[in-house]
Amino acid sequence: MARRVALAMLVVAGVIIATFVIARVIPGDPAATWAGPHASAAQVAAARRFLGLDRPPLVQLAAYFGGILTGSWGLSLHTHQPVLSDIGTAAPASLELVTAALIIALAVAVPLGLVSARWPGGLADQAIRAGSILGVSMPIFWMALILQLVFSQRLHVLPAAGQYAPGLLFSHPLDQRTGFSLIDAVISGNWPMLGSILAHLVLPAVVVAAYPAGLIARMVRAQVLDTVTETHVQMIRALGFSERTVYSRFAMKLAWNPVAAAVALVFGYSLVNTFLVEAIFDWPGLGSYTAASIATLDTPAILGVTLFIALVYVAANLAVDIIQAALDPRIRLR
Amino acid sequence: MIEAPSPAAETALALPRGQALWHGLRANPLLVAGGLTAVLIIVVALFAPLLAPFPGDAGTATHPFLVLRPPSTRHLFGTDQVGRDVLSRVLYGARISPLVAVIVLLIACVVGIPLGIAAGYFGGWVDEVIMRVTDIFLAFPSLLLALALAAVLPASLTSLTIAIAATWWPWYTRLIRGQAASVSGRAYIDSCRVLGIRPWRIILRHVLPNSVTPLTVQVSLDVGGVILTASALSFLGLGAQDPTPDWGLMVAEGQNYFTTDWWVVTFPGIAILVTAFAFNLLGDGLRDLLDPKRSLLP
Repeated sequence: MARRVALAMLVVAGVIIATFVIARVIPGDPAATWAGPHASAAQVAAARRFLGLDRPPLVQLAAYFGGILTGSWGLSLHTHQPVLSDIGTAAPASLELVTAALIIALAVAVPLGLVSARWPGGLADQAIRAGSILGVSMPIFWMALILQLVFSQRLHVLPAAGQYAPGLLFSHPLDQRTGFSLIDAVISGNWPMLGSILAHLVLPAVVVAAYPAGLIARMVRAQVLDTVTETHVQMIRALGFSERTVYSRFAMKLAWNPVAAAVALVFGYSLVNTFLVEAIFDWPGLGSYTAASIATLDTPAILGVTLFIALVYVAANLAVDIIQAALDPRIRLR
Repeated sequence: MIEAPSPAAETALALPRGQALWHGLRANPLLVAGGLTAVLIIVVALFAPLLAPFPGDAGTATHPFLVLRPPSTRHLFGTDQVGRDVLSRVLYGARISPLVAVIVLLIACVVGIPLGIAAGYFGGWVDEVIMRVTDIFLAFPSLLLALALAAVLPASLTSLTIAIAATWWPWYTRLIRGQAASVSGRAYIDSCRVLGIRPWRIILRHVLPNSVTPLTVQVSLDVGGVILTASALSFLGLGAQDPTPDWGLMVAEGQNYFTTDWWVVTFPGIAILVTAFAFNLLGDGLRDLLDPKRSLLP
């Protein structure tokens, strides 16, 4: 347990060093970007001093480390705002999007995985296997464009872009309390706003769900097939429970643990996948922020987001390991 | 794993080789479909200049009077924003993403295998150092690290390849390390050591050949993943630049005209999907065929 936490800390330190190294190998001059296109040599030199780029690398690394631990993650070269506050503004929308996507993925994939495992090798199994491989093979930026074209431009059933209908900003302004707009809408009882956000969430969430759905369906199938041969599940069969109950209640119960671990892993991946989707749907999250940062070569912003997602990822993995060890006495953390 | 063969493997081995293969393929229609499509894509890549109706359109050609024409018998997939034939560009695109995938996986193997073998065979502090470094790399979702690297390197196909390869090798190091560690603990390796055979000879003759089998399956599974990652980075403008007929770049370029001229985005995207799907079906089927323990059939 202590070893597991220490390892996570080591990984975090490594991640910080890795982002620093990436920032140091950029071919461009951050000071020149900061000062703007027509700055004089003196202004660039002043910017270099201001950004601390004239100091030796190890001092810079120490300062970078200290800054990250104390919450100053540098300034965006483009917006000149602290990167961490930019991330704080953008992260809730992305976390809502990924959570919605994973809920959709679980709702679709768990039943399909169970059907697949119940009749392995059958027609339904082959179709579900092909479908889940199709899900993990999907170029999601392309899927986003196609769904947007079909459902909003042609069929006009779902909104094309944004987080809510702009008109609601005047009739039902959102009361910002937690930063998570869905939660804010619920606690302030702003139902028209809630409906609008949910409608705008459907398309991006379905697109982000494609990959996790494929993955989870495969996992559920493999795990359930593994567990149905175990003796205690055979015992339940012998006791005369229906096949349906054997699969959905008993075998699935054992499958949940690895599936939950996979969901935590895929959370980090999906957060990165929002980079490809949010800009298309104009969803105001980390993905839109990063896409804009890439377009303006805003290195501190890109690395800030990288660091943030890596931290979320490490934390999620650690949490899953600890919870699993607490729930399942067969798992011992070393 | 090189554990005792499971009963399923024994029955498969009892049949003549060709017949066992035939049985395996019959039971895996998805593998056959994926394999045939993958072969077709490679054929398209090799013979793109012969198959493409307008080979010049894969390069710098522009046709200002043919801009954004919808699909017709002359231009089956329509024309793009500078009048180039989309079909020709999609066919030439088969030369780019799959090649990037091959190079990325090659680099990942060249870097990953020796490190994994060293960690698994020598153990101790060598193992600790190598594995903690891979832990740090594996703490990033690979697309994120590739994206951060590609964003700071000048945008080109070379940068893109380097960025993806830099995120891919740690997976192979981890996989090989586990295999090499389990092989190195066997009695016959100890016998080799006792006989005074040099370590590099033991590694090359015994540890390496007995460790790489699971890697071959993993590599075939990863082709689709690399193609998706590469096209995603190209879509974000971090890879190939115009006029390279890269599928991800074509989707990005067509995005601005998409609501009125759907064909510019649709066909390159289908090409990415079909290619990734084919290689994923192939890799998945191969895993079933070569790894009876994880076989999907009862």
